[in-house]
Amino acid sequence: MIDPDKITTTTCPYCGVGCTLELHSKDNLIYKVTSPFDSPVNHGNLCVKGRFGYDFIYHPKRVTKPLIRKTPQEPGKRTQAFDLSEWREISWDEALDFVADRLVEIYKRDGSDALAVYCCAKATNEDNYLLQKMFRALFRTNNIDHCTRLCHAGSVVALQQAIGSSAMSNTASEVIQNDVFIVTGSNTTENHPIIALQMKEAVKKYGAKMIVIDPRRIELVDFADMWLPLKPGTNIPVFSAMAHVIVQENLVNKQFVEQRTEGFPSFIASLDKFTPEYAESISGVPADLIRRAARRYATAKNAAIYWGMGISQLSHGTASALSLIHIAFLTGHIGRPGTGLNPLRGQNNVQGASDMGAMPFYFPGYMRVDEDGNAETWERAWNVEPGGLSRNLGLTTTEILSHAHPGGVRALYIMGENPMMTEPNLNVTRHHMEQLEFLVAQDLFINESAAFADVFLPATPFAEKNGTFTNTDRRVQRVRAAQPPRGSSRPDSDILCDFAKRIEQRLGRPASAGWDYTSPAEVFIEMASIVPDFAGITYERIEKTGIQYPAWDTSHPGTPTLFTETFPRGKGKFTPLDYIPVMEEPDDEYPFILTTGRVLEHWHGGSMTRHSKLDELYPEARLEIHPADAEIHGIHNGDPVKVSSRRGEVVLRASVTEKTSVGIVFIPMHFEEAAANLLTNDALDPQAKIPEFKACAVQVFPAREHDLKRPEAVTERGRY
Amino acid sequence: MPKLTIDGQEISTEDGTTLLKAAGGVGIEIPTICWHEATTSNGLCRICVVEVEGQRLLQPACIVKAVEGMKVQTRSERVDRARRTILEMLASTMDLSDAPEILEMMKEYGASPERFPDAERREVAVKDDNPMYIRDYAKCLLCWRCVQVCAEDAQYTYAINFSGRGYETQIATFFDRPLPASTCVFCGQCVGVCPSGALKPKREFLLEQGASPEQIAAMNTGRKRRRAE
Amino acid sequence: MSEIDLAPLHAELEHYTMMGRSGLLPALHAAQKIYGWLPEEVAVEVAKALKVPLADVHGVIEFYSLFYNKPVGKRIIRVCTDQACALKGADSILEHLCRHYKIQPGQTTLDGDRTIESAPCLGLCDHAPAALVNDEAETDISTDLHHYDMGIPASPVFGNLRELTANCGNGHPTLLADYGEYSAFQKALSMSPEAIIAEIKASGLVGRGGAAFPTGIKWEGARHAPGTQKYVVCNTDESEPGTFKDRLLLLDDPHRVIEGMLIASYAIGASRGYLYLRGEYPYILPVLEAALDEARQAAFIGTNIHNSGFSFEVEVRLGAGAYICGEETALFESIEGKRGFPRIKPPFPTTNGLFNQPTVINNVETMCNVPMIIEKGASNYRKIGTDKSTGPKLFCLSGDVAKPGVYEIPFGLTLRELLEMAGGMAGDQKMQAVLFGGAAGAFATSAHLDVRLTFEDLRAAGLPLGSGVVMVFDETRDLRDVLKRLGRFFAHESCGKCYPCQMGTQRQKEILDRLAEGHSLPGDMERLQDVGWTMTDASLCGLGQTAAGAVLSAMKLGLVKF
Repeated sequence: MIDPDKITTTTCPYCGVGCTLELHSKDNLIYKVTSPFDSPVNHGNLCVKGRFGYDFIYHPKRVTKPLIRKTPQEPGKRTQAFDLSEWREISWDEALDFVADRLVEIYKRDGSDALAVYCCAKATNEDNYLLQKMFRALFRTNNIDHCTRLCHAGSVVALQQAIGSSAMSNTASEVIQNDVFIVTGSNTTENHPIIALQMKEAVKKYGAKMIVIDPRRIELVDFADMWLPLKPGTNIPVFSAMAHVIVQENLVNKQFVEQRTEGFPSFIASLDKFTPEYAESISGVPADLIRRAARRYATAKNAAIYWGMGISQLSHGTASALSLIHIAFLTGHIGRPGTGLNPLRGQNNVQGASDMGAMPFYFPGYMRVDEDGNAETWERAWNVEPGGLSRNLGLTTTEILSHAHPGGVRALYIMGENPMMTEPNLNVTRHHMEQLEFLVAQDLFINESAAFADVFLPATPFAEKNGTFTNTDRRVQRVRAAQPPRGSSRPDSDILCDFAKRIEQRLGRPASAGWDYTSPAEVFIEMASIVPDFAGITYERIEKTGIQYPAWDTSHPGTPTLFTETFPRGKGKFTPLDYIPVMEEPDDEYPFILTTGRVLEHWHGGSMTRHSKLDELYPEARLEIHPADAEIHGIHNGDPVKVSSRRGEVVLRASVTEKTSVGIVFIPMHFEEAAANLLTNDALDPQAKIPEFKACAVQVFPAREHDLKRPEAVTERGRY
Repeated sequence: MPKLTIDGQEISTEDGTTLLKAAGGVGIEIPTICWHEATTSNGLCRICVVEVEGQRLLQPACIVKAVEGMKVQTRSERVDRARRTILEMLASTMDLSDAPEILEMMKEYGASPERFPDAERREVAVKDDNPMYIRDYAKCLLCWRCVQVCAEDAQYTYAINFSGRGYETQIATFFDRPLPASTCVFCGQCVGVCPSGALKPKREFLLEQGASPEQIAAMNTGRKRRRAE
Repeated sequence: MSEIDLAPLHAELEHYTMMGRSGLLPALHAAQKIYGWLPEEVAVEVAKALKVPLADVHGVIEFYSLFYNKPVGKRIIRVCTDQACALKGADSILEHLCRHYKIQPGQTTLDGDRTIESAPCLGLCDHAPAALVNDEAETDISTDLHHYDMGIPASPVFGNLRELTANCGNGHPTLLADYGEYSAFQKALSMSPEAIIAEIKASGLVGRGGAAFPTGIKWEGARHAPGTQKYVVCNTDESEPGTFKDRLLLLDDPHRVIEGMLIASYAIGASRGYLYLRGEYPYILPVLEAALDEARQAAFIGTNIHNSGFSFEVEVRLGAGAYICGEETALFESIEGKRGFPRIKPPFPTTNGLFNQPTVINNVETMCNVPMIIEKGASNYRKIGTDKSTGPKLFCLSGDVAKPGVYEIPFGLTLRELLEMAGGMAGDQKMQAVLFGGAAGAFATSAHLDVRLTFEDLRAAGLPLGSGVVMVFDETRDLRDVLKRLGRFFAHESCGKCYPCQMGTQRQKEILDRLAEGHSLPGDMERLQDVGWTMTDASLCGLGQTAAGAVLSAMKLGLVKF
């Protein structure tokens, strides 16, 4: 038994569940992770990433000194440098001065629109607040975004439109109070493992009935009462047909619709065409099953909907999420404990990053940038002269890249994100990255995006910084450092404040926007003084247990269930919808639908997990293909295959499994040697600007062993 | 709200409270081994047995619920003999070096670790078949917690169960498959509830074996090494 | 390794898929019948078909002695080496066989033809020494192995009563035509369930499996317990060393057992029943199934039986080699497709039994008393036996008696009278000790010869009636060897759940092994006392609570010296 020097209670850096971690360290080496059994979020349970996946902190390839490219990079000719031999170590002063010089130069030459920043959904609330403040107050740009654009943007825009809010309405652990719940577009056991445990408990111990609506036979189907295996991208017909049934069979909660919604009459008219038979013809789900699911949901006492990327990551993602919201409105399963509209946020702090205004349309607190009142508030807070802040809507992540050409975005600052793995249509993304004039990466590893950078600023991971994360059910929780920053790395907040001061010096502004904080707690206080939702949350109050915002004052206990009386916009708004097919349907040339997603052991672009022992557990990408399809194409389990779309191709091994459905193949997004996003479609939702990761057309051919980039890597896992 | 007497003390407690909790509420600590706040009580270690008036046999305090008028003795000659003998048998069966609470109990009950000479011990090599945690079943107390949290107490993954029967019982995967080939998802819930160090994070194990923090950090293989099967 | 043809398995598994987890033991038996053992691929298919987690299937295979996850021979010879057969030379028979086939006990010949195992008591003590060869009983084996009987053992019946054993001892099962018209059941159908229960209570019938719980009260509890589906289970897992009475009843008069179950089910409101037959009685299975078929044909089993509104269907489940599955809650676990771990009581089976529903579980002999009570009436039934121990009782005589076998006598005779009925000692030697109640029992000596065989008298004398085992040892017998085999038996059969028994039976075995070899260590007696009393006081179930009984009684009576 080792006696730890220190046990640090903090919050997990991986997914949006936000489990409480206790990091046990000896000699500044974390060797064990436990979790208190009385944590209200996870009750002592963790997943493999939280329990064992912290070792990336110590990986030899972690960069702990600032670096600059030996060969200066030119726009249009930018290359990737993975190897340290192509970089030179420099001091922090040199690095920050150089970056400040270049950014200010480009700003003065081309104006605010030439600059853009990717904030980080893994960094703390304080980190994100500071970064967006810097680019707004100093560079006067709203070209600020982060990976929520690629994730729940569709859900967020839909919720804003229909309700006026953009967060999970209830608390995840309330699932044990659900009599019925729908899980759609979410492979919860792999993506929100602890919430999946609670869902299983709800079914097994509390008699809840689960309805899974998903193209794949995910593990939760084993616990489900019903499984509606719809084709990717056919959410609107299926949920609208459910709405149709609810209306037709008189299962509408009339009181709720009358008192708390508007737009019902025109909405009903739009439902006429969405008969279950019509939905069946498009989605493949038997009409009878749609009816039964609708009745089950509508007649339940307490029902909730939990959803994920399958709803949002479509070129009609906003409309797709609206179709979900509608059935909650029709049945009144919202605004009470044990009900709700619950988008499961992916990143550990994507909720927080959004809340902190790391978005092109919103200041912190979802205050629209194009409203004068809001801009004036923040001008006062940041010592910016009246009219100084930009009132123009900025560019989203995908747009930032597609605008990377002379006359558009010239300089990009990336904090903890890896667009070269996570943006769609990577061949085009690569082209855009190459066009940048100046690129700064503030990260832990030289990943596929940082490899393009001019300057690399080594930041610290969660275990070496202090701050807060906000999880998917709006709980603001403490993040605590277990050890000092390794090497010369610095916490992101430190870097940003230091950096901002140098920029202010060069810009010669009359007043500073304020960068002298003695601790991240002060950053939070500054933000909370403007954003009422957080006014009652202080570091002292969340010392042991986080508080779910909104908490209006320091005696407010937090809000587990939202919308009990009214919606933020007043009444919930129905929006008539029409069926919108996916942009690229399968055809003779590309007969399979490719859908992408994650696996339990890895995280997104792989910067963390591929530098961890997690990679030993799951070292290679696998194409999931149904046995019927595999047989027709002569593919056996483990065979190499080439998968190609109109945009690119990858070679990887096939897993023949019934986890996917006939005509649908699945590739996880994590593996650069078979990057799924080389194939995906960058078609965007017009409102949310989210790409259609969940459906494009591909062809699958048998390939040869030597076509594989790393044939020696074989994933052999017994889990489902 | 039943009223009962524990060790001569009259107490009142909520309906459905176990004798263990009821006693703990008045500062009477009854020893436990297999019991855990987050797992189903099985009453299988029997170290928590107490005398209940009217019952011929000793009763497990972690299971038996307080009932109006009960008279309980948490210590007695029979209780102490049972606890001492169970502890002595444990010491003669497995490696208790990572179970300090049990070692403390042995002192309190005067249990002699050498009581059973020539006893067949549970000696089995450490199972090191995955990057995350090791299984040292020479330390396994067969408290069932790991099997339960892998099943309905938490994870519903059912990767482990028992092999053998009686004294030969061990925790095992299906046909002794290495953990990565079982349904194990490496959530570590089992590691989190193991009372005796039989399940341990690999890094902790390496530190105990004398590896330095630098050596352990350098063992991160990430993309470098793969095994082809 | 050659590819296994899974096609016959898939066809077979279709019969079990709708049973889910509960079909696990039947499915494993069926699979093992096809392949001779249970390879990993086969276990995977069973798990898939029944939707049982893989690790759980593994745990079940590992728990039961008769399931093999390694290849075994086409013929498995299981030689009983427990007490009664040991007295008759079982050890040398085993040694002889092993020498002949050139293997050790537990091994298989290289050609895959024979496996030889040492087995715990096979319930053939009246035909000792005995063995089980695949599904057949091999009995009365001569030590040179030249003479033995093969097949279903024909057993005579002794004693001065022929109530329970009226149809037994003819050498073949009693067919329905000879049994009768289930007149007791027909009479029961004309009574109210309450009246039936009252009659059973009035009769004073208590369980004959060893626990001696009042049957009427048990039935009453189950009748009043809330539940949507109630069950009647007949515990035919007779595995107590020295016991073979249920074997006789099941083989020779299965209809009596069935009729008892029908009456019980009608009385408590159960519509489903199970007979849980020990895996070492495979030759009884066809006899039971045939009798059940006859009963179905005659419409005594089925829906709306004889227009009474009462429906009943019954299934035989085969155990797989685990003495602990004779414990009622472990039996339920086994039917439910799990390892046979006993449950904590309370709650009791009458409220939470099989599938957590109200259940009446009774021993075979108990069930056989029921038709008699209903037919004759409680007061007539009470004329047999004593006031506190009513009715007839079957005793199993074995060991150094002249006439081993099943004896039906009324309660109240003395041990001396019973032994005289059995012809006294087999040879000229005097009696040294009698093991009462089986391995889970206690020793008696000549000092106890005049104790009356009733519950109350035996209890006063510190002797358990148990299942009615009376195993006699003459003065030449080394009782240390008997204790050694008892120790080995309990260590082998402990389920491993609770610490006192899991470790206690092992420690006890080690000490008794030393004792038998004459190598006792100083302090062994105290160790045995501590271990024995800890098991007795603190074990979770009856196995652990009685595992040291015989040993402690032998020490108390001074029958063995350290």
